[in-house]
Amino acid sequence: MTTNSPSEKRLEELREQAWKDGVAPGKGVDVAGGPIPRKPGYYGQPVVKPPVWTWEIPLYFFFGGMAGMSAVIASSAIIFHQVDLARAAMWVAAVAGAVLSPILLIMDLGRPHLFLNMLRVFKHRSAMSMGAWILSAFGACAVPGLIALELHARQIFPGALDQLLRVAAGLLIFGSAIFGTLLATYTGVLIGATAIPAWFLHRVLLPIHFGTAGLGSAAAVLELLGHRVAALNFIGFYAAGVETALLIWLSVDKHGAADRAIHEHGSGWLIRIGEVLNGPLALVLRFFSFVPFAAISFLIGSLVSRVGWIAVGKVSGSDPESVFAAERY
Amino acid sequence: MIGEGLQSTNQRKHSYVRDHVEVGFFTDPTVCIGCKACEVACKEWNQVPDDGFTWSGNSYDNTGHLGASTWRHVMFLEQDRQKGNQVTGSMGLLRPQSDMSAVASAEAEDPFRWVFLSDVCKHCEEAGCLEACPTGSIVRTEVGSVLVQNDVCNGCGYCVVSCPFGVIDRRPEPLHDAGGAFKCTFCYDRQKSGLVPACAKVCPTESIVFGRLDDLRARGAERVQQLKQNGYTDAQLYDPTETSVRGIHAFFLILGEPEAYGLPPKPQIPTIYLKSAWTSAFATAIASIIATLAAFAFFS
Repeated sequence: MTTNSPSEKRLEELREQAWKDGVAPGKGVDVAGGPIPRKPGYYGQPVVKPPVWTWEIPLYFFFGGMAGMSAVIASSAIIFHQVDLARAAMWVAAVAGAVLSPILLIMDLGRPHLFLNMLRVFKHRSAMSMGAWILSAFGACAVPGLIALELHARQIFPGALDQLLRVAAGLLIFGSAIFGTLLATYTGVLIGATAIPAWFLHRVLLPIHFGTAGLGSAAAVLELLGHRVAALNFIGFYAAGVETALLIWLSVDKHGAADRAIHEHGSGWLIRIGEVLNGPLALVLRFFSFVPFAAISFLIGSLVSRVGWIAVGKVSGSDPESVFAAERY
Repeated sequence: MIGEGLQSTNQRKHSYVRDHVEVGFFTDPTVCIGCKACEVACKEWNQVPDDGFTWSGNSYDNTGHLGASTWRHVMFLEQDRQKGNQVTGSMGLLRPQSDMSAVASAEAEDPFRWVFLSDVCKHCEEAGCLEACPTGSIVRTEVGSVLVQNDVCNGCGYCVVSCPFGVIDRRPEPLHDAGGAFKCTFCYDRQKSGLVPACAKVCPTESIVFGRLDDLRARGAERVQQLKQNGYTDAQLYDPTETSVRGIHAFFLILGEPEAYGLPPKPQIPTIYLKSAWTSAFATAIASIIATLAAFAFFS
């Protein structure tokens, strides 16, 4: 019998340990396959596929949200005759929403040269399709809206043509505000309506978080661009307040193993850091009138939490136990 | 039935595509011998690139899981349970065969079973990938299967997170046709010519059976009954017709619980989450507009 040799004995010990504990840790030891696997599911293999998206997507969520809500601020500013603020807000909307966002989205595609296929069909049951159309409509309103507003503000054309530009700018900016609110919030639907447990369990929270973070970061960027007005400060308070409430919601509404990616691992830390920066910290800084610091804190927080939510998807999607646990909800 | 060999639907020429007949796969692990011929036939026919040469250490399964370049995957399950009326157990094998009582006691304390199951895209009745695809690249064929049109797919990756079974994936660089999403095509090209899918054609034990979906469902139910009579008490069909997926066209007979096979017990199509998510999105949109208008109205 070979079982008397030391290596065979060691193997027997490892088997015993694997039987008892499910794992046998140690350098160069991998008994994943034997004698009887104790990993969850099928050898711990993921049940659903984690997202393939890379850094472009959280950055797009950040800029898209900022651009969309910036257009809302622009149209409110127009209504209340704050033309300079409206111009700055439309610049933010056009640059972040009509230039940066499409570039980031196209970069993330596996086949970027086929990006126009996004507009081949209109599927209301696909959040990705709706998003492509919302982003296109937003760009189609924001860019001409900005051009019309600038031409009107600089009084380039005389009389009747200027009046026409004024009306066109008003309509286009109003249009970009409508599509802008959708642009800032649909991203929550996009990842909320998937098979990834930690995402779909928070499908109600996600659009609120993404939309409000977009509104807060639009106000923060405009403040950092020098528009220190009371209205933006109020929006900053509102956004940070809502984000603080969401932080509490997230820490109360736990689903155990199903959404542990939000509370554990590096992905959990990203969510926590992001939410603290754009929630309580931004609120406190703003309360003590450190407005630029509050704005910076909010911007960093909303970017980090976007990165965090994609990281959560990767962790949760790779975790077979989270899929099994989520079936109870 | 099983054992019919060349006479069964597995080998016959057919006209299902022309006649618009719903077809399916019925995969039966109790007759699978784990030869992986289905994996090889699939790769050869569809010219699927390699999926990495790694030793997993997980029984004899070095394929791992389904993916962009793995459209058939033979699972090797090792479980501490008996498979039907089998006489097994490593302790039992060491004893002389004549001492049957020793075998029986050894078996009781050290039962072991080895199950092979060839996994594949389920071709759901309500397919998450198909609903999610923003380019219209993923379509439903005449035979009820779900097909990715490679030349239309722009690789957005949304189908990857929308499949409740984790089947479809984006093929990474530097592989052939990288960037697009890939999965089992149900050998649509072969079916159009009246041929049987490559995996079913090559399966030496007819563990993979191809045929009319209604026939296969009846056949599967019958096989479960037969197995239960033969002592396979935990045999069941895996075909989630009760959930929002509303059944799968490539269904399986399994021994034990679906979790052990990495199959979700209650798969859901993600579109059922749309209503609550969009409601939340619209509410947020309206709240943001009101907050902004209020900000300018009261603080201007």
